Amino acid sequence: MGEQFSVQVRDGQVRTKPSFLGAVIATVHYGDRLAVVQTKESWVEVALTGSKQGWIHLSALTEKEIILNTNIQQVSQAASSDELALAGKGFNKQVEDQFRKQNSQANFAGVDKMETFRISQEEMAQFLKAGDLKPQGGAS
Amino acid sequence: MKVRRLNRRTFLATGARIGMTGLALSGSSLLLQGFGFGDLGSTIEQASKLTESATKSFTAVSKAMEDITPEQEYYIGRTIGAIVLNKYKPCEQEAGNHYLNLLGQTLGRFSDLPELFDSYHFQILDSAEINAFATPSGLVFVTRGMLRCCDHEDALAAVLAHEIGHIQLKHGLHSIEKDRITKATSILAIEGTKNFAQSDIASLTSSFEDSINDITSTMINNGYSRSFENEADAAAVTLLGRVGYNPAGLINMLRIMSKQLKPGGLDFAKTHPSPESRIENLEKLVAGTGAQMPAASQQRRFESALKGV
Repeated sequence: MGEQFSVQVRDGQVRTKPSFLGAVIATVHYGDRLAVVQTKESWVEVALTGSKQGWIHLSALTEKEIILNTNIQQVSQAASSDELALAGKGFNKQVEDQFRKQNSQANFAGVDKMETFRISQEEMAQFLKAGDLKPQGGAS
Repeated sequence: MKVRRLNRRTFLATGARIGMTGLALSGSSLLLQGFGFGDLGSTIEQASKLTESATKSFTAVSKAMEDITPEQEYYIGRTIGAIVLNKYKPCEQEAGNHYLNLLGQTLGRFSDLPELFDSYHFQILDSAEINAFATPSGLVFVTRGMLRCCDHEDALAAVLAHEIGHIQLKHGLHSIEKDRITKATSILAIEGTKNFAQSDIASLTSSFEDSINDITSTMINNGYSRSFENEADAAAVTLLGRVGYNPAGLINMLRIMSKQLKPGGLDFAKTHPSPESRIENLEKLVAGTGAQMPAASQQRRFESALKGV
């Protein structure tokens, strides 16, 4: 069994090549375990189901295994194991909710709206092309 | 670059230490109750446990930053964003915000921290102040006053790249007071999330509020250290060059800013080193990066998107 990484972001994109200009061939999710095929600078080639492979940026990954649904047993395991991390620990949705109750003037609706500003892969490629911008190592 | 490797033994030791501190912390509320009800014997016992745990938690401080996962950064960042958007009104100009996100999210993709728990998001603030803020986790705010210091797309790219620099270098998280991190991580060790006891939630929330206050007071009121600003400028120069912008855009923006800043103002005038000193630092970094003429299409879309802002 080779080395494995966990996805530490909500959604991570796996691409055809080690570049953000590579086409997205799969989306992986928080806590997913991925088997490493090889690494190249800040990119990791991982195995996908159906004997497919693709590249994901290292910043989306952690070496730890992420436990999504924790119970007491796993908490003590995490304290004594070197390879576990627990999702949702510490500052989480529950803490945010409590903070919101105590700080009603904070504008979370504004933040929610901001989070809807999402730029797709195609829009980025188009933006770069239209501006005659050629990122290093990224010509597609 | 090598794949980052965590030292497993260190993690093991830190995990164990933090776990113990967490247990002792629930003792601290008992300690307070003890004083109220005069149960001195058990109070002394609790106090000695606390001293022991304080020593343990001290050793955990240096590892505490590493323990703030992207998921936790995300919740810290959202709350700081909500505070910024209470202090400043968001500008609802759709074309301007869309353009800012096209530019900013593209830059974020090519930064040293391309993947965040959620994503980079950018918002224009309806304020004449010259200011920009970035939360841990990727929310970036730019005032209308700051946009007016930018006369070209590469100048605006420079402003956003500087903010992305603060994010990738985790400057916001560094402004949380050290003893707060100790306290926060000790509570973070109470890891069963689904069934937090109400007292744990209250305790966590109070620690959360304190951490948020540390970041906002640095970010909004006092500013980062000069060395953090220089680091963010250096990160911006690298990122701009990587994407294909002229890094001198940052210098051009600072020249305009230095004319527009009002001495004694509560914006960049207060929270940042003077534009002149930043320019001096930047000129060394930018020298030799080779300035290319930007495409005319950049100027057209820049003016068209921001004309209503």
